[in-house]
Amino acid sequence: MKILVPVKRVIDYNVRVRVKADGSGVETANVKMSMNPFDELAVEEAIRLKEAGRVEAIVAVSIGAPACRETLRTALAMGADRALLVTTESELQPLDVAKVLKAVVGQEAPELVIMGKQAIDDDCNQTGQMLAALLGWGQGTFACGVALAEDSVTVTREIDGGNQTVRLKLPAVVTADLRLNEPRYIKLPNIMKAKQKPLQSMTVQELGVEVAARLKTLQVSEPPPRRSGVKVSSVAELVDKLHNEAKVL
Amino acid sequence: MGVLVIAEHDNATLAGATLSAITAAVRLDDAVQVLVAGHGCRAVAEAAARVQGVSLVRHSEAAHYARPTAEDLAALVVDLAADFTYVLAPASTFGKNFLPRVAAILDVAMISDLIRIEGPDRFVRPIYAGNAVATVQSTDPIKVVSVRATAFDAAPSGATAVPIEALEAKPHSDLAEVLAEQLTQSERPELTAAEIVVAGGRGMGSAEGFRLLEEIADRLGAAIGASRAAVDAGYVPNDYQVGQTGKIVAPKLYIAVGISGAIQHLAGMKDAKVVVAINKDEAAPIFQVADYALVADLFQALPELGAELKRVLAK
Ligand SMILES: Cc1cc2nc3c(=O)[nH]c(=O)nc-3n(C[C@H](O)[C@H](O)[C@H](O)COP(=O)(O)OP(=O)(O)OC[C@H]3O[C@@H](n4cnc5c(N)ncnc54)[C@H](O)[C@@H]3O)c2cc1C
Ligand SMILES: Nc1ncnc2c1ncn2[C@@H]1O[C@H](COP(=O)(O)O)[C@@H](O)[C@H]1O
Repeated sequence: MKILVPVKRVIDYNVRVRVKADGSGVETANVKMSMNPFDELAVEEAIRLKEAGRVEAIVAVSIGAPACRETLRTALAMGADRALLVTTESELQPLDVAKVLKAVVGQEAPELVIMGKQAIDDDCNQTGQMLAALLGWGQGTFACGVALAEDSVTVTREIDGGNQTVRLKLPAVVTADLRLNEPRYIKLPNIMKAKQKPLQSMTVQELGVEVAARLKTLQVSEPPPRRSGVKVSSVAELVDKLHNEAKVL
Repeated sequence: MGVLVIAEHDNATLAGATLSAITAAVRLDDAVQVLVAGHGCRAVAEAAARVQGVSLVRHSEAAHYARPTAEDLAALVVDLAADFTYVLAPASTFGKNFLPRVAAILDVAMISDLIRIEGPDRFVRPIYAGNAVATVQSTDPIKVVSVRATAFDAAPSGATAVPIEALEAKPHSDLAEVLAEQLTQSERPELTAAEIVVAGGRGMGSAEGFRLLEEIADRLGAAIGASRAAVDAGYVPNDYQVGQTGKIVAPKLYIAVGISGAIQHLAGMKDAKVVVAINKDEAAPIFQVADYALVADLFQALPELGAELKRVLAK
């Protein structure tokens, strides 16, 4: 079977993002970029399924600026077999990303798509569910466990009250949550090897997908800052302040 | 036209987050309908019919709606959606699971995690783990929106009951099957609804360490939360996690103990009214959002806190 893994290039999770002065977005110039952490989990899961047998090929796909190549090389260095870059000038919203991915699925015919549950830049948590809907496939979101069977996949999902287990008919879409696995550390020789692996590039237009942002971002601003607090020197002082000053006890 | 709110419930009671979504709905339009899809959930439909601002409840019963899959729920909602300008649900794992599916089938964008309404088509939502907020304008005929419960008060109950209309169920899709659910049992208030949350991080050191927090929580009638590191280390179950990828809480009082304050954690709790941080590292970033900062060893501070609370609350 073939697994498709969409990976997004985002501002590294350790970077403290800054809102641009003109309120048009956040500062991305000279900022460290990385693979979306949830997508790393998705790549890792695909590799583990391949290592367990049953999976012949893992194809990583990224949609965005040419710089997404870097992200794809990371996926290849982790263990993906091939990579696909779909370039576009505009910033795509989840519905458009899902439409592009649907077209890629049409070309690649994977039986399973594993992706991140959420991109840590837009925090949308939509694309996997949208892709599943557009394909008419089942979805296993927020996965912390994935087990492949002959014609189905069983997914353990993290839900608000605990866990839920669902069985999906294949083909299906799975989205990764934090506890799915621990992504491997990339070894240097694998970075070298990744440079030899095929990375194909095409444009959104070449894929024949019409995209149109439905949401217009009018403004991006800083959240209101919390007023600075005070240091207390003892537990007794803390409880006194909570009781008599903040009045929350 | 109006708003369709999809109720989150467990077939017995309406989830609090649904009431917050109804509050957002009422601000958008006068005509608010609530869809209650479940199995043996008449009581939920009746409760929804008494929530202030609701004008009609649509009640759909089927065995496969007991714990509906996203596939089944989306199919039901999509059929109704054409009659509405807005489709809303709580931004919980319930709403996040099926709403994007609804939006994609309708070929419209979705607005995740609504925190403020600025106009009929203007919505404010957090991005980058809450380090920025974006105001977006929707150009779609139907606006599909998940509502962050902590940003809207619960709609009050006790209004005169509005009609409940039966809605025929759709057939069960064989794409997905729910096999099992393991829910965490707890005597404590629910994390997202609690007035007070005491949360522990890696600094708690072990599952036994968390017992110290339990004592404090018992005394305060508080819920217990945790950082990702504490959950990953197996000190507490994963549904305790607060943050960008865990639960969003906005209690009256949040006490963070042995938590460093990574941005991903702050994303889930910085809207708490009062934040207390107890950490032995003076430079811990959690202190930047704390109203009251106590630099101390938690193993010493927590027993003291228990005793002091006992003394003060007894008065
Ligand atoms: C994509 C992504 C999503 C994430 N989502 C979340 C999320 O939703 N929620 C979340 O919490 N994290 C999340 N994280 C992880 C986050 O980045 C941090 O790693 C995590 O919050 C750290 O947890 P911690 O503060 O408990 O541990 P640490 O950072 O290790 O901090 C432990 C703290 O305990 C203090 N301490 C130790 N011993 C004592 C003592 N005896 N007395 C007092 N203080 C003591 C230390 O000084 C330190 O400050 C996410 C990360 C990624 C990449
Ligand atoms: N531009 C993109 N390229 C590749 N994958 C993407 C892109 N945008 C989103 N995704 C995938 O969709 C997931 C969810 O993203 P989102 O719905 O934006 O939170 C991500 O974790 C990625 O796996």
